[in-house]
Amino acid sequence: MNIYNIFLTKKGEKTTLKVLMFGWEFPPFKSGGLGTACYGLTKGLSNLGVEIKFVIPKAPYDINGEFVELVTSEKFLTSHISEIKIPSRLVPYLNDEGFKNLQPSENSGMPNYGDNLWAEVEKYALLGGEIAKKTRFDVIHAHDWMTGKAGIKAKEATGKPLVFQIHATEFDRTGGNPNPEIYAIERECFEKADRIIAVSNLTKQIVVKHYGIAPEKIDVVYNAVNMEEGSNNEEDVRPPKLAVEDKIVLFLGRVTIQKGPGYFLEAAKKISEMDPNVKFIVAGSGDMIPRMVEKTAALGLSNKVIFSGFLRGKEVDTAFKMADVYVMPSVSEPFGITPLEAMKNGTPCIISKQSGVSEVVTHALKVDFWDIDEMVNKIMGVLNYSPLHKTLSEKGFDEIMRMSWDDSAGECIKTYKRVI
Amino acid sequence: MVSICFYFQVHQPFRLRKYGIFNIGNFHNYFDDKGNMEVLQKVAKKCYLPTTKLLKKLIEKHPEFKISFSLSGVVIEQFKKWAPEVLESFKDLAKTGNVEFISETYYHSLSSVYSNNEFKLQVEKHKKLIEKEFGVIPKVFRNTELIYSNKLGEQIRELGFMGAMAEGADKILGWRSPNFIYNPPRSDLKLLLKNYRLSDDIAFRFSNKDWKEYPLTIKKFTTWVDKINGNGEIINLFMDFETFGEHQWEHTGIFKFLENLPASILKHPDNDFITPSEAIEKIDSKGEFDCPKIISWADVERDLTAWVGNDIQKSAVKSLYDLEKGILETKDDQLIEDWRKMQTSDHFYYMCTKWFNDGDVHKYFNPYENPYDAFINFMNIINDIILRVEKITKKKIKGFEEIKIRGVK
Repeated sequence: MNIYNIFLTKKGEKTTLKVLMFGWEFPPFKSGGLGTACYGLTKGLSNLGVEIKFVIPKAPYDINGEFVELVTSEKFLTSHISEIKIPSRLVPYLNDEGFKNLQPSENSGMPNYGDNLWAEVEKYALLGGEIAKKTRFDVIHAHDWMTGKAGIKAKEATGKPLVFQIHATEFDRTGGNPNPEIYAIERECFEKADRIIAVSNLTKQIVVKHYGIAPEKIDVVYNAVNMEEGSNNEEDVRPPKLAVEDKIVLFLGRVTIQKGPGYFLEAAKKISEMDPNVKFIVAGSGDMIPRMVEKTAALGLSNKVIFSGFLRGKEVDTAFKMADVYVMPSVSEPFGITPLEAMKNGTPCIISKQSGVSEVVTHALKVDFWDIDEMVNKIMGVLNYSPLHKTLSEKGFDEIMRMSWDDSAGECIKTYKRVI
Repeated sequence: MVSICFYFQVHQPFRLRKYGIFNIGNFHNYFDDKGNMEVLQKVAKKCYLPTTKLLKKLIEKHPEFKISFSLSGVVIEQFKKWAPEVLESFKDLAKTGNVEFISETYYHSLSSVYSNNEFKLQVEKHKKLIEKEFGVIPKVFRNTELIYSNKLGEQIRELGFMGAMAEGADKILGWRSPNFIYNPPRSDLKLLLKNYRLSDDIAFRFSNKDWKEYPLTIKKFTTWVDKINGNGEIINLFMDFETFGEHQWEHTGIFKFLENLPASILKHPDNDFITPSEAIEKIDSKGEFDCPKIISWADVERDLTAWVGNDIQKSAVKSLYDLEKGILETKDDQLIEDWRKMQTSDHFYYMCTKWFNDGDVHKYFNPYENPYDAFINFMNIINDIILRVEKITKKKIKGFEEIKIRGVK
């Protein structure tokens, strides 16, 4: 029996900790880091004996309106975790503008829940409150603003404490130009939560500075990485377009202002002036794709930079394996799980100092996102100094092996215990 | 009779400046003058000046009090540039006759391991400098960070030294005590072995509140010394000079401890102080110190892994020494001097990934945020040196495929 399994309620009787969690669909559904984090944390909590009612917005359409089959890993649904799906068009990383583009095609049969994103969030929150009334649990745990409101409704309906976990603030996502409505919802979540979990000290500081929340109310719980999904196949995954002597520099993430793809292209320009045999891959989708494609052409890099589009599942591992170095030039990255995934695949990482992950990872190179020359210096260092590549790859992998979602879950339980 | 032999290491490297890829081929000043001056002047104020002053006072008060120093050539160069008053204070100490100056490599380098030619040349260069500055010729040798092996014993015996210093490593000594003089197999060289327990009690543990012996009073320390009297002949207390006032700050009471030490030790009529060259003259070897593998005084492992433990360190060291032939061929004094200053062991120490997560000795005056930054900076400079050599000798240097930057002109 592990120590987290049993705790004492106010009456003094032993019971198992039960959590009502408003989370996000797990990978390989298109959800980026948020879904990955929810998956890992939930699994960690389950390993430690916590019972979880997991509520997710069940989106039958992805952001491009294509039908995708919802995949839930059956092996994941253990006796500790049960799942409740609420029909909803909410997907992570949405703003009102993006939501309006999310129109169902004529024959899709997608039900119309609301005219705009705000209505959808409210609707989801009300359903969350209803579910809470019918469910037995000790603590509510919500992730980011879109499900935060559901957490608040559940708290109001049941009087149970709310833990609100912030994976990314509107400040991070917009490069400092927050949408006022989203900001207001986030602030409400911070204020109404009994405790806040931030994914890094960086994020904690943002919440304190921009939302006026007392630092004592916030615990930092770092993310980890899902080890079991690493594949060690040594097959040559290099696409035929690329020559063997080519070195590959990878950007992988949403192509949005937050992730700093423009800085990546600036670095690419300087590197290709020095070494014509370096190729650059931009993997991911996002609202800045058109601008980035234009910029690539303007910089004369069209034959150097490859836009691969969004990658999922095994494709992600493949991309990391073919890359000689992974660069995460984020302008503001609350945590940033992708470097951990790169390290899992043995790929050396260059990560922005403006990221939460740089607080926990030691065997990676760190750079200010705006310092293009230093980024180039480090990329060229990894590409040219093979012992550096080897050491970062090996020690980075060892470091990742020591990180565990169970440890994160253990920290999370400490937060639960402070509010129950 | 037991004699205390103090030896203090005085050294500061010429740390490298931030040297990015765009500097390669364009800029050949590799050293951070401003940063190095700041560190040196800070340490001078906190340690070198007050401690040398105190030692002089103690020698005047207790004519029996004796000590020894090893000053690297590169630290003396820095004193001359940025803190001449410190060099003067060492000269004052030299004049007392109670202070011995020990031999080492001018550049505080790992040359004993990687190039015997360089090693000999750097020992010779250091010897000349010590003679010029302090008017004495060093008789006893200590290698960078007490790096030692049987082979080194032979190398320094060939250079004419009769004594050398080494770590009193348990893996070599076994049950035997470091408090005697030893000799390498089939050699008349005399070895002074560091008593690492008593040395580190002062150097590392003095202000450690978690240590069960904290606080270390002079009375307590004297009792430990007295206990050895009767079953040991010499106690070698070897440590960084920066222990006084820098590694152990003034408020810890380290200066008071040092001030009271001679009187307290000399209370016991059978205790005294001795210099290394007196020790090898007066005391006979009591046994063999057989050291086939390299030992040092660094970290828990007490081997070379602090400098060449990981692949980046090995690559950096190899690249540097592989350049030897090409560098010397250029006959360019500035280039050769730059290359030698790159040999200072600290540059490789900064690339150590062993104690990465701890705030430990690897961080002292370390200009880098992490070991990988240290490596990239060093290798960028190596690439610039390669270009300089190729330009002068007008031929391509071969054999640097794994570290040569592509596309830089």
